[in-house]
Amino acid sequence: MRKILLWAPLMVFALLAGVLLRGLQSPESGTVPSKMVGRAAPDFVLPAAVPSHPGLARADLARGKPVLVNIFASWCVPCIAEMPVLLALKRQGVEIHGIAIRDKPEDVAAFLRDHGDPYARIGSDVSSQVQISFGSSGVPESFVIDGSGKIRLQHIGDIQQDDVPEILAALKAAQ
Amino acid sequence: MMRFLNNRLTFALVLTALVSGPVQADSRIGAAPLANVQLADPDQEKAAKHLMETIRCLVCQGQSIADSDAELAGDMRSLIRERIQKGEKPEAIRSWLIERYGDWVVYAPPARGSALALWLLPLLLLGVGGLVARGRIRRRSR
Repeated sequence: MRKILLWAPLMVFALLAGVLLRGLQSPESGTVPSKMVGRAAPDFVLPAAVPSHPGLARADLARGKPVLVNIFASWCVPCIAEMPVLLALKRQGVEIHGIAIRDKPEDVAAFLRDHGDPYARIGSDVSSQVQISFGSSGVPESFVIDGSGKIRLQHIGDIQQDDVPEILAALKAAQ
Repeated sequence: MMRFLNNRLTFALVLTALVSGPVQADSRIGAAPLANVQLADPDQEKAAKHLMETIRCLVCQGQSIADSDAELAGDMRSLIRERIQKGEKPEAIRSWLIERYGDWVVYAPPARGSALALWLLPLLLLGVGGLVARGRIRRRSR
C-alpha cells in the first residue's frame, strides 16, 4: 500500500503531462461557433453598401421565406472562392443577402463586378457591430434564417461545393 | 545557437511556429470611432478598460481585446466604450457577449459545466495537500 502511495505523485504527473501534451498537439480549431443559432436574429438596420442594392435590416429577414445571410468583405480572399457556389445557390432560387464588413462602396462594387453578384440586398457594417451581434467572428460566414427571422444554421468559412447539400437542407427545413 | 539549429527537427518546429498562425487580411477602413480613443469620463473609461481586459479576442486567441491589434478586437473595444458611454452596465455587456459567443469569450469563465472542474480542482488539491502536510507534521512531532 505504502509503495503504491509512493508512486502516486509520479502517476498523477504522468497523467497530467499526457493530457497537456495531447492538448498541445491538437490546438484549437480557431473557430468560435455562434451561440445565436436557434434564436431570433439580432435587431439591426444597415445602410446600403453599394448604390445598386438596398441596405439590409432585421425586418428583411422575417418575411416568411428562408434566406441565406452571407457575411463577406471585398478584402477577404475566401469570399472570392465561395462566390461561384453562392451564384449556383442563387440560380436554384435561394434568396441571398450580404453584409459587407469594413468595406467601402467602391470596393464592394468592384468585388461584385469582378467576382459575381448573388445578393438581393447588401448592408454595410463598417465597424463589425452587426457581425458581433450575430456571434460571428470572421469572414466569410453564412447564416440560414427561417421565415420568422430565427437563425437555423451557421456556416463558418467559405461555402464549398460539398457544403451545398447541408445548406439546402437547412433552407428546406426552415420553410 | 548553431548546435540548436543543427537539430533539424527543432529547426523545423521553430520555423513552423514562426510562419504559421492565422492568416488575416486587413480591411481598408480605419479603426472604429472608440477603438483607440478613451472616454472623456475617467470612471467610464476605467469600467470599459476593466471589461475589455476580461474579454478574449476572437481572432487572436490568447490575447484580451484590450491587448490585441486585430480589427475585430478594435471593433469590440469601440462597442464596449459606446455602450458604457450610454450608461450600460459592464456586467450587462459581458452577458450580451456571452450570449453570442458563449463562455469562451470571457477570461475567468463562469463556474458551470466543464469549467466547474477548473474552479473546484485547485480547492480539492489544496485540501489533499493540507491532509498530507498534517500527517507529516504529526509524525515529526511524535
